[in-house]
Amino acid sequence: MASNDAPREPRGVSVSGFAERARLLEAPEIRRSVTRIAHEILEKNKGAARVVLVGIAARGDDLARRLASEIEQIEGVRVPVGVLDITFYRDDIGMRAEAPEVHETRIGFDFTDSTVVLVDDVLFTGRTIRAAMDALVDFGRPESIQLAVLVDRGHRELPIRADYVGKNVPTRRDEEVQVRLAEVDGEDAVVVGEKEREPA
Amino acid sequence: MIKHLLSITQLSREDVGRILDTAESFREVGTRVIKKVPALRGRTVVNLFYENSTRTRISFELAAKRLSADVINFSTSGSSVSKGESLKDTALTLQAMGADAIVIRHSSSGAPYTLSHWVSASVLNAGDGTHEHPTQALLDLFTIREHFPSFEGLRLAIVGDIRHSRVARSLTFGMAKMGGEVTLVGPPTLIPPEATAWGAGVSHDLDAVLPKLDVCYMLRVQRERQRQQFFPSVREYSRLWGLSRTRVDALPDTAVIMHPGPMNRGVEIASDVADLPRAVITDQVTNGIAVRMSLLYLMLGVDRA
Repeated sequence: MASNDAPREPRGVSVSGFAERARLLEAPEIRRSVTRIAHEILEKNKGAARVVLVGIAARGDDLARRLASEIEQIEGVRVPVGVLDITFYRDDIGMRAEAPEVHETRIGFDFTDSTVVLVDDVLFTGRTIRAAMDALVDFGRPESIQLAVLVDRGHRELPIRADYVGKNVPTRRDEEVQVRLAEVDGEDAVVVGEKEREPA
Repeated sequence: MIKHLLSITQLSREDVGRILDTAESFREVGTRVIKKVPALRGRTVVNLFYENSTRTRISFELAAKRLSADVINFSTSGSSVSKGESLKDTALTLQAMGADAIVIRHSSSGAPYTLSHWVSASVLNAGDGTHEHPTQALLDLFTIREHFPSFEGLRLAIVGDIRHSRVARSLTFGMAKMGGEVTLVGPPTLIPPEATAWGAGVSHDLDAVLPKLDVCYMLRVQRERQRQQFFPSVREYSRLWGLSRTRVDALPDTAVIMHPGPMNRGVEIASDVADLPRAVITDQVTNGIAVRMSLLYLMLGVDRA
């Protein structure tokens, strides 16, 4: 019953209740960003021999799979890809009316002595990445952890920075940045807009 | 999500789906090297057991500990209860100590319901009298879902002492809610007259039921029921209502065998049958932890203020 039939249901980011203001990236730009990040990962780590990718659900895992196939095309090496759900490590459990929705975690490989590249769609406060690092070390002790994001929108609340950034986007704090990926949303785009206030 | 879990009947189909989906993620946590997540750090779960039940208590205890909650085990022997403290006073004491959840097992049907009116903590029914055992039903549904794509039209028989079984009641309500078909099988003395009102069929012929089943669920039979004359002898019970190897052969190849434990090997289930690959009894135990984690997470991981 827990099927993963494509196209998957969009979880996490709600498309409804969102007023789109501008499109920041279109499909070709996203593709070029992913390709460039793949090159940068290979350059920085001197190849892909001891690199694994772990995408943060939802959408970070789709980006991680894209990076893996780019790396395979460039280097001829298939790097392992895992998916990590950080819900149980969030620092705001118990602060909302409903417990946060849980996604799947699947890391089917041992990354001890490897470099783990965490992959996420948007870097914002940094709290997700803090939770992801806590989660990751429960699976093993990576030699190092690096961070790749498609969009860095600023407004950090923790001392965290990305090693690989698709695009830096200055935003207002109250804006919302949505990354849409064909695998989940039927199109590739990064859009900025405002969350519509739900009637109380 | 609900605040208290008193009965499976209070859950909607969507609630059950959400609990089971979340339990899948917790099942994965149970396969990690470090089987612990910080989700309920700082919360306190009290196990308040007025009846002995090592497995249910351990399962709840592990579930809470794997969520990083603090767990207090309060068993009635050797406690203030044996000094004559009432349920209400015990509850108010636990309340005053800041319990966020109280898991209660009690010999009186309805005790968890009553308790839920006295405390602000979430109350989880871990078995009350002959009423319900909702977390057992949920872990059974989870286990069934691992083997079948949908509950719709799924045929389940519960065999044995239906009359005294809170497991049978909760599972029947749960399966009926999810669209399955339940048949209650046992001697007429052990099937309550109102059973047909639970949304289940009733049969007194196990061999006629077996070939049509997807799930054959055997209940533990308590030997003292024989002394109470619900059946003439344990040997006769075993012959008429026990799941023997021959009876397993009458089941469809895809059918699974379940038992809530603890088993009486050689009485309601033959020893070699209990060890068959299609007997998923230890899976039920493993899944029980994941389902209880899911419930604690969904019920306690919220802002009640």
